[in-house]
Amino acid sequence: MGMTVVEKILARAAGLQSVSAGDVVEPKVDLAMSHENAALVINQFVEVFQGTGLEPVIWDPARIAIIFDHRIPAESPKTATNQKKIREFVAANGITKFHDIRGDVGGICHQILPEYGYVRPGYVVVGTDSHTTTHGALGAFSFGIGATEMASVWSLGYAVNIEVPATIKVVVNGEFPPFVGPKDLILKLIGMLTAQGANYKVLEFHGETIRKMSTSGRIAICNMSVEAGATSGIVPGDEETVRYLRDESGVEEAIPCVVPDPDAAYVRTIEINVSNLEPQIACPHTVDNVKPVQEVAGRKVQQIVIGSCTNGRLDDLAAAADILRGKKVAEGTRMLVFPASGKIFAQALDKGYLHDFMKAGAVVMNSGCGPCLGVHEGALGDDETALSTTNRNFKGRMGNPKSQVFLCSPSVAAASAITGVITDPRNS
Amino acid sequence: MPKVIIKLENDISTDDIYPGRYMATVLPSETPQFAFADRTDFNSRLRAKEFGVGSIIVGGENFGCGSSREQACSTLKGYDVAVVAKSIARIFLQNSINLGLQVVLCPEIEATEGDELQITEDRVLNTTTGKAFNQVKLPAARKGIMDAGGLIPYTRKLLLARVQG
Repeated sequence: MGMTVVEKILARAAGLQSVSAGDVVEPKVDLAMSHENAALVINQFVEVFQGTGLEPVIWDPARIAIIFDHRIPAESPKTATNQKKIREFVAANGITKFHDIRGDVGGICHQILPEYGYVRPGYVVVGTDSHTTTHGALGAFSFGIGATEMASVWSLGYAVNIEVPATIKVVVNGEFPPFVGPKDLILKLIGMLTAQGANYKVLEFHGETIRKMSTSGRIAICNMSVEAGATSGIVPGDEETVRYLRDESGVEEAIPCVVPDPDAAYVRTIEINVSNLEPQIACPHTVDNVKPVQEVAGRKVQQIVIGSCTNGRLDDLAAAADILRGKKVAEGTRMLVFPASGKIFAQALDKGYLHDFMKAGAVVMNSGCGPCLGVHEGALGDDETALSTTNRNFKGRMGNPKSQVFLCSPSVAAASAITGVITDPRNS
Repeated sequence: MPKVIIKLENDISTDDIYPGRYMATVLPSETPQFAFADRTDFNSRLRAKEFGVGSIIVGGENFGCGSSREQACSTLKGYDVAVVAKSIARIFLQNSINLGLQVVLCPEIEATEGDELQITEDRVLNTTTGKAFNQVKLPAARKGIMDAGGLIPYTRKLLLARVQG
């Protein structure tokens, strides 16, 4: 029996000829990413070495990436002090893949990793963030872990006792209709699977639609695979992966891609045709509460958020700017825009998108996670409703359990900003 | 006999267990104060130490879904409560085992607040209703970590073994 792409990646990383779902392996880690929660990782890492008589030494500082994004600039002395401690640790340990709070090389971790070529097809990537599933977009096996597990990886260089996950094959065909794209596809899929439908499994994406999809779109779908419970989403590396890493990330060395065997074993195959897909929306308070936008159109919205690791890239901003150009954000609605990285911020500035947003009345914020997880800024008032291109709408997610969060594509968000109510962009 | 201190619905997220706005608090010694902070009544009762060690939180399907924040486990571990749920999201389950938070997978569990539960090797007995429910074993892959008392001592052992090679 052949192997799925994740089985192949894990076999290589564990030094084995072959593995299959259910096997327990200890794969070498190619990249280990943390953000501000590195503060806890450092604490646990130091504790691992306590009483051993050994100095706490990281197995390979070149394989560690730390990116500040969750609370930037710091919202409190506590966060600022955590960030300061991380900076000191980074300097003392020679960690080079460090992205501080900066307008040039800063940004959201899940944008920075692809943008700087830190992730390659076939890599094993772990991150102390559940949306680490994102990097499957580049053909890597990439999954979220906790801080203590990361401390273990920093110490050993491999992940202990990893069960090889089973894989669901998702085959997507057809051409997206106007104003419908990757975000609508992944929302639709999460609605079909439910929030735990892919628990402990990998979603491996195939089909003509995926082949033609830009890396940005693939990032959006792999990013949200975790919302169906998936350990990871993955698009096996292909020409587009190589193009992206060469042209956009500046990678010069060879980029070998890992692809699944034709006779790989999948636990399930799901086929989706997007030709008739409508704009989708996830309603409060679970991401799998997905409906066509039409069904909730007309509902008043107080805050629009465009950005995040899911939809803060240049094509997302372009889609929103194209709708908003020359129009105004409705009275009684506020709109916040968060480009996913400093690089994207600069590109959107050059292209005029940020100007379009500002002229429309939106507030352009610095790159970062923004209000997505309710820790920093853009909190909602009691009984307010947000419409956001982010990835979670759990009760209290944007900082207020008495508010409601709906999730959608940049086109739906932009069309709704103009009307002040949830709006199908096909009607705008 | 340990009591059920709260019965929760399906898809309880780590945002619910430990709201994002407290994430700058990271140390396991400091996180317990914010457990279920948005469920203000339950949070106050936890903080008032109303519940004994081993008290049980009963969850539905997909308990602990969402963010990988380990605070969601350390905040509960701080009260030495146990979680009995129909199913548990991957990262939360892994974090629980890594930190030594007692979690029990019990797909058919039926219990309400105030019920007394007896957790045996392979079953959960609701002694209030007289019903018994089978457990699903925790992933065998993680047994070594559980036996070592958590991932920190387990990793420490591996490190020392490597040095003593």
